[in-house]
Amino acid sequence: MEKDISGTTLRIAQILIDELKLEDITPETFDPDLDLVDEVGVDSMDLATVALVLRDEYGIRIDEDDYPKLTTVRIIAEYINNKLNSDD
Amino acid sequence: MKTVSSLLDERWYERYKKISKLNIRSSIYDVTDHCNLRCKGCFFFSSDEHKAASEEKDVSKWHTFVEKEMARGVNLAILIGGEPTLCLDRIEAFYQRLPTFCATNGLIKVPRERFPDMMVGISLWGSQEDEILLRGKDTFKISSNNYAGDPHAYYLYTITPKQLGKTEQIIKNVEGVGLKVHMQLLSNDEGVDGFSWQPEQLMDIRAEMDDMLDKYPQTVISSKYYHEIITTGRMLGRPFGWSECPSVTITHDNRTPQPKRLTNFIRWASDLKTTHRCCTSETRDCSTCKDGAAHMSWVMVNKRGHIRTTRDLQNWIEVYEMFAKLYQFIPW
Ligand code: SF4
Ligand code: SF4
Repeated sequence: MEKDISGTTLRIAQILIDELKLEDITPETFDPDLDLVDEVGVDSMDLATVALVLRDEYGIRIDEDDYPKLTTVRIIAEYINNKLNSDD
Repeated sequence: MKTVSSLLDERWYERYKKISKLNIRSSIYDVTDHCNLRCKGCFFFSSDEHKAASEEKDVSKWHTFVEKEMARGVNLAILIGGEPTLCLDRIEAFYQRLPTFCATNGLIKVPRERFPDMMVGISLWGSQEDEILLRGKDTFKISSNNYAGDPHAYYLYTITPKQLGKTEQIIKNVEGVGLKVHMQLLSNDEGVDGFSWQPEQLMDIRAEMDDMLDKYPQTVISSKYYHEIITTGRMLGRPFGWSECPSVTITHDNRTPQPKRLTNFIRWASDLKTTHRCCTSETRDCSTCKDGAAHMSWVMVNKRGHIRTTRDLQNWIEVYEMFAKLYQFIPW
């Protein structure tokens, strides 16, 4: 069954804010479609940090080859959701 | 939260878009242990790196090696030496497959029928007098004859403290032969007397480099932010050095916490097995290192740190553009 991703979206936004120390933003005001690489300057090292937190929290492994695809909070949420669903 | 588009107007945003997806992944290759010069202060010979490994002579092994490097994600090969042009077959192994940059002293002309658009960076250490003192020869005379007007070549001008107040003539000479020039500072690895930078000299040379960029914008490929970083050794309030350097070979990088760094960067010795600590001398003191490429890369890998004010981000864009021009990812 498809899981609702809005909770995941908010949680990922929170993780990004915490791990990357982003200022003047809350999970609620974080545009899930904002391009993290082009607009926020997130790089593969940042993604590796976030991937570790996501692994611990969701029990999923994010392949390094997938980093270039993970360009928005929404895409990351869908990626996690898909991984969780495929494990159902 | 600051975002790129919130900080840039349309014109700057256009410039940003041209570089934001380049995703340059470079590595550096010692092509040979030999050189047709022996410059005082050459990091390669002064730190005995030419003895670190004996060079691979079988060209087919170079071809296989380059394929493996591509599989590792390398998309820019930076060839250094010794003097790479002594081994054109090895250069070809890279050039056939990858965007390739070749550093040279310019004494041998790269045959353009074989390497039509390979970017060549010709080293220059100052005036005729300095060149003769440090390199035993006025290389400019020969190299400018070889490369005058070549659209895929530029001078890599290593400024020494003795050049203070004299850089304009060098820039004019380069302009006169229809080439571009990029400036960097000597690190004086062999401690040649009078060639180590003093703090006030660094302030003066920064002003002079800025002035050259203002006066010769068509000839000088540089940015004022780069001048600031390389002369002060500081960026975003942080000092440059081992704990910040982006150009450490990945397999030698045991730093914790790990700083922002070049993805999978390796500097390979010419045996194609041995790796060197970083993009420059094994024995150089990181606290006084003036390596131009390492300072440029330091800015480039710290993009998020520059998404802070409009000026910071513009500075980042200018440095990135400079790098992208020097390695032919965007036009001059
Ligand atoms: S030309 Fe380059 S490699 Fe050769 S000795 Fe001089 S600095 Fe070293
Ligand atoms: S010598 Fe320079 S380039 Fe090499 S690790 Fe130290 S700071 Fe980096």
